[in-house]
Amino acid sequence: MILNVNNASFSYDGITKQFEDVSFSLRRGEVLSLLGRNGTGKSTLIKCILNILTPQSGMVEINGHRVTDMRPEEVAREVGYVPQVHHAVFPFTALDFVLMGRAPHISTFSVPKEEDYEKAEEAFARIGITHLREKCISEMSGGESQMVMIARALAQEPSLLILDEPTSHLDIGNQMKVIATIDRLAADGIAILMSTHFPDHGFLVSHTVAILQGGRLIAQGPAEDVITKENLHEAYGVDVCVRYVEEAERMVCIPINPCGCRGRGEA
Amino acid sequence: MTCGKEPTVEAGQKPEKNAMIGLPWVASRRGMPIHEAVLRFIPAGKAIYLLPIALFFFSLFFGRYIMDPVETFRILVIGSANALLDGTSSLLSTLSGHQVFLPSFEQTWSASEETVLFRIRLPRVIAAMLVGGGLALAGASFQGLFRNPLVSPDILGVAAGAGFGAALGILLSGNPWVIQVSAFVFGIVAVAVTYGISRIYKNTSTLVLALAGIIVGSLFSALLSLAKYVADPYDTLPAIVFWLMGSLSAVTNADIIAVAPPILLGSLCLFLIRWRINLLSVGEEEAQALGLDTKRMTVVIIVASTVVTASAVCISGIVGWVGLVVPHIGRMLVGPDFRRLIPASALLGASFLLVVDDIARTLTATEIPLGILTALIGAPFFAYLLTQKKVGWT
Repeated sequence: MILNVNNASFSYDGITKQFEDVSFSLRRGEVLSLLGRNGTGKSTLIKCILNILTPQSGMVEINGHRVTDMRPEEVAREVGYVPQVHHAVFPFTALDFVLMGRAPHISTFSVPKEEDYEKAEEAFARIGITHLREKCISEMSGGESQMVMIARALAQEPSLLILDEPTSHLDIGNQMKVIATIDRLAADGIAILMSTHFPDHGFLVSHTVAILQGGRLIAQGPAEDVITKENLHEAYGVDVCVRYVEEAERMVCIPINPCGCRGRGEA
Repeated sequence: MTCGKEPTVEAGQKPEKNAMIGLPWVASRRGMPIHEAVLRFIPAGKAIYLLPIALFFFSLFFGRYIMDPVETFRILVIGSANALLDGTSSLLSTLSGHQVFLPSFEQTWSASEETVLFRIRLPRVIAAMLVGGGLALAGASFQGLFRNPLVSPDILGVAAGAGFGAALGILLSGNPWVIQVSAFVFGIVAVAVTYGISRIYKNTSTLVLALAGIIVGSLFSALLSLAKYVADPYDTLPAIVFWLMGSLSAVTNADIIAVAPPILLGSLCLFLIRWRINLLSVGEEEAQALGLDTKRMTVVIIVASTVVTASAVCISGIVGWVGLVVPHIGRMLVGPDFRRLIPASALLGASFLLVVDDIARTLTATEIPLGILTALIGAPFFAYLLTQKKVGWT
């Protein structure tokens, strides 16, 4: 078991709980999609796993070690993190940026060595973006910078990759590119936890889906069992249609009659 | 005949080709002006390593009293050697208990030349390099820490604190040592208070730090105004005003010995962690996820930069612009990577302040305060650089 979250609860002010008694685990090569409306605490949960925040109760274990007992660089050697979006202030080249992923393997007073450059190049090659190496991150499109951030997380050589809404800012083509990359990395044996706003992505890559609502996981399990009309109505207050589409050769999930909008057919 | 000639032509062409891309002395033989060949040979990144060295020697013989460059070099080398031998012989004398005389080189220059070089110019030139390099280095580090290219080393209130400290020293004693120590101490105190305020919020987020810096800065500015208000308008008030405008005219060798260690140590510390500043500059949360102890790193950068800045300011007075502009110039030349930016900023800052100080002491019959010149030269130069598009931040 790579990741094990056990009865974790967290509160910023000690009164209102962000989430409570959250438990789940992740195996090698498994993809877990975390669903839930804005502000339910998906990002907070991710920060607890990264040991940036500490849960009030319960615990998070990575490869059998409690994260609260690990030093920051020890966590970073196991867990790669891809934030939602990167606000570039200084125009680092993609190579310099991905090299930063080597930080947990480099001592405080040192700088990246030949070996670190090789690992960075490997990370580029692994997700097929070697052509972006010399480009400035400030000049990149959303899709490109998302891929570079994935490469940076891979340079950490993690056993667990956490992505915070990796497709939220991307067009549909780049969304599929990122999803396909995630699928490939999972096939290589990396455990993946991603939060997402698209229930449909659960059918695309996930082995398991969990829904966080009102501070609790209201459902978790295989995508087909979790992404249901009832669960999504409870989580988002929206009616959805879940059915098998032959052209896609998979289940799909789309909202129906969202909030009383008139469809084209009725207009 | 034709066949025999061809190889000769080829042989004659080949070295010319090499000369174009090759060594400068080869190029100069081929008729290319030596400076052009040198410029071609040295890319911008390497030139900034040579610039401070060249300016150092230039500044030694350049001044109101212009010395012969070769003679200057000779005095510098032989004079230093004599001083070293002198020191060694007196050390040996004390150790062995009886007089030891080591031979020394013959002194072929006048006493006044020696005084100008060793007592006036050398400390001043070294001070300009230490202050300029230190301020630029601290500025670059702070820009990385605060993820903001508009940050200068003063953001946490060190200059305001030092200004008040100096004013207090002028009011209470007027002794240069007291003024310097007081400036240094209050510079450090101001930053400590800033950090303390940010800790009250249980938060070292850089935004809270910057706000606390503004609070402390305005507090010490008010105290400084109070000090000016109560100062004697014919005596201590001008002294305070001059101190605030910055100058290196009164720097002595003793000052250098006092401030060089903290400036060099703080700089060394920032130089060693230069790659880690990259991580911090992409965002606190991302840096944490990359395994960086951001809290500790923030404290290290603040302490090192503050020691450097306070030490610099206490011998020079307030010298603005260097810490803001020079890192930008560095970024344009070597890019945003702090691995290169940190040393580049230090070298460019040393060069910049050397040039400015040379102008300050030679342009007019009386000294021009440094703070005036750094802004007068720095501001238009910066405006020009901004039009060049290659600004190095977004």
